[in-house]
Amino acid sequence: MDFDLTEEQRLLKDSIDGLLTDSYDFESRKKYMKEKGGWSKAVWLKLAEQGLLGLPFSEADGGFGGGGVETMIVMEALGKALVLEPYLATVVIGGGFLRHAGSDAQKAAHVPGIVDGSKTLAFAQLEKNSRYDLFDVATTAKKKGDGWIIDGEKFVVLNGENADTLIVTARTKGSRRDTTGIGVFLVPADAKGVTKKSYPTQDGLHAADITFTGVEVGADAAIGNPDDSLALIERVVDEARVALCAEAVGLMDESLKTTVEYIKTRKQFGVAIGSFQSLQHRASDMFVATEQARSMSMFATMANDFEDAKERSNAIAAAKVQIGKSLKFVGQQSIQLHGGIGMTMEAKIGHYFKRLTMIENTFGDTDYHQRRVADSGGLI
Amino acid sequence: MDLAFTKEEQAFREEVRAFFRDNVPPDTRRKLVEGRHLSKDEMVTWWRILNKKGWGVSHWPKQYGGTGWTSVQHYIFNEELQSYPAPQPLAFGVSMVGPVIYTFGNEEQKKKYLPRIANVDDWWCQGFSEPGSGSDLASLKTKAERRGDKWIINGQKTWTTLAQHADMIFCLCRTDASAKKQMGISFIVFPMKSKGVTVRPIQTIDGGHEVNEVFFDDVEVPVENLIGEENKGWDYAKFLLGNERTGIARVGVSKERLRRIRDLAGKVESSGKPIIQDAAFREKLAACEIELKALELTQLRVVADEGKHGKGKPNPASSVLKIKGSEIQQTTTELLMEVIGPFAAPYDVHGDDGSNEAMDWTAQIAPSYFNNRKVSIYGGSNEIQRNIIAKAVLGL
Repeated sequence: MDFDLTEEQRLLKDSIDGLLTDSYDFESRKKYMKEKGGWSKAVWLKLAEQGLLGLPFSEADGGFGGGGVETMIVMEALGKALVLEPYLATVVIGGGFLRHAGSDAQKAAHVPGIVDGSKTLAFAQLEKNSRYDLFDVATTAKKKGDGWIIDGEKFVVLNGENADTLIVTARTKGSRRDTTGIGVFLVPADAKGVTKKSYPTQDGLHAADITFTGVEVGADAAIGNPDDSLALIERVVDEARVALCAEAVGLMDESLKTTVEYIKTRKQFGVAIGSFQSLQHRASDMFVATEQARSMSMFATMANDFEDAKERSNAIAAAKVQIGKSLKFVGQQSIQLHGGIGMTMEAKIGHYFKRLTMIENTFGDTDYHQRRVADSGGLI
Repeated sequence: MDLAFTKEEQAFREEVRAFFRDNVPPDTRRKLVEGRHLSKDEMVTWWRILNKKGWGVSHWPKQYGGTGWTSVQHYIFNEELQSYPAPQPLAFGVSMVGPVIYTFGNEEQKKKYLPRIANVDDWWCQGFSEPGSGSDLASLKTKAERRGDKWIINGQKTWTTLAQHADMIFCLCRTDASAKKQMGISFIVFPMKSKGVTVRPIQTIDGGHEVNEVFFDDVEVPVENLIGEENKGWDYAKFLLGNERTGIARVGVSKERLRRIRDLAGKVESSGKPIIQDAAFREKLAACEIELKALELTQLRVVADEGKHGKGKPNPASSVLKIKGSEIQQTTTELLMEVIGPFAAPYDVHGDDGSNEAMDWTAQIAPSYFNNRKVSIYGGSNEIQRNIIAKAVLGL
């Protein structure tokens, strides 16, 4: 049992923290947000230069063979700096599908572009009525010759505007809520029949609603078994949830730090408001919530390697519940303790709150995952 | 980062588990499961079994009878002990006064007291709180005046846990009234049967008798019963309170209780089916389990940190363990109340003698719920813990 980082992991943490301290202050972030698709290509290339975009890929595939802990380190750092760039969509999710089930040809076609920063990906999964159920897929992929024709609508596709390649879940068999008959397909973003409506999201990221109308893809488009890929989707989305947990911990760390600094300096009634016990206790509770979240983020990171898939998803669901509860408390109280200034776009704390809030509603909220744990027969 | 326990640690867990299975008297275990109080005899019998095995004072230095275990082994031992469940060692002797004596006491005191603590030949109680000194402990007024080769002690202590069983008390007494309040306190020990000591029971809201008031009326204590230096008692008290860190989360206790809740919820019916089939109840149970899992991980982080970097200064994370640990313990007793429903009401007129077999599993649930309100109050209330976090961690 060991919760320390190795020497290499510590170096990784220092290097990404250093990079973000240099290039990601709050003012720069505002500029990056205005670039095409809502993030900075220059920063993305810097991440590539430091090897961060190739981190989880095996050395044979041109990556650096990093594991869950490495991803946790990166996501926490990205959270801390409120980074806009599509690491989750491209490296964690897109990369996840390729790592777990990509053929050699698919990896050869896509991994080098991810690693060098020239290409980004997006995961087109959410549908109008699917909410958090990954098996709820109405989009269809019908066999045509060796390939498929994809029809359907996907929503809130993060990085949908800039992505070069879309990873699309689509049904090859059965009806909307069947757990079998679901495939995962690589679709070029500029394929004929793909139309996008892009927009900024509440937390300053960018997403797109994407319609697929008779989109033809070849035999090499399917990642894994086109008729039975739910387990693969669950595996990759579990990794995305773990990554979001780590990002949330970074966001909470920074929210707490910023809030404590604020109440130490803000004066009312002639004293720093941080001298008032009601505020001290609130801040202490924020610390407790953040530490509990950190513990579960670590747990989820390690659970990723559990052999039993059920045990793995149960642990990750539990982590998402803890993170959801903690982030709501820390986020809301950060605004409360900042008072009026916390309500303004000008102060950075509100932006942390917004990102935290959106994480709660991504890939299953607290209630959704709590129900999963409850129905699994418990955790103890 | 690695969650797994080593092979040796797993084997150790098996060894500990087997020992409890083979050696904890079944009636003692049953009473704990049912939330009942144990008699003095039942507790002492078990502690002597534990001491004979060499595990009575496991965390003490080896030369005083400790085991030399790693922090992970201590964690495993505690978890297994709490979740079996078996009675925990008497904290007042083993975790509190023992470490003060072997750290600050003289050779004679070590020889005189330590073996008797280990074997519970002396039952110790703690004379800290006073009617006017709860969270503000340093304001205590019980006075020890030096007269020749004796201390003359006058004053009153309260919330003295199980003083009715105690042979010895360790007491914070004011020995210099002119000094700043933390500076004039000394740490003095003496027999409870000394002339002038009176114990009066306090009945708590669960109907039980765990705590007492203790009065000192010109109690004469030999000067050599001072531990450490005169007027340094506050330092020893702080040392003592900071000594018990990870056990305070009581993860094993809550685990055992959650297992019991799940078991009972599969038997007790609500609206014609077992209450565990009620989605709302199941989710509450899951919510508590998740909180406990997070706490367990936080505790493991502290344990691993101590194992690697030594105990060093008191770890502020122990305040997190205290706050969450007590909240979760209280939630488990709430869930038990929910399971039992209207049968929470009957008062167990038979008390803890076990004669009320028909009601055995329900009789102590409400008292246990009432009793567990204490866990967020004692050992530094949760509000005090928040003060500690605010100051020591956040710098407020």
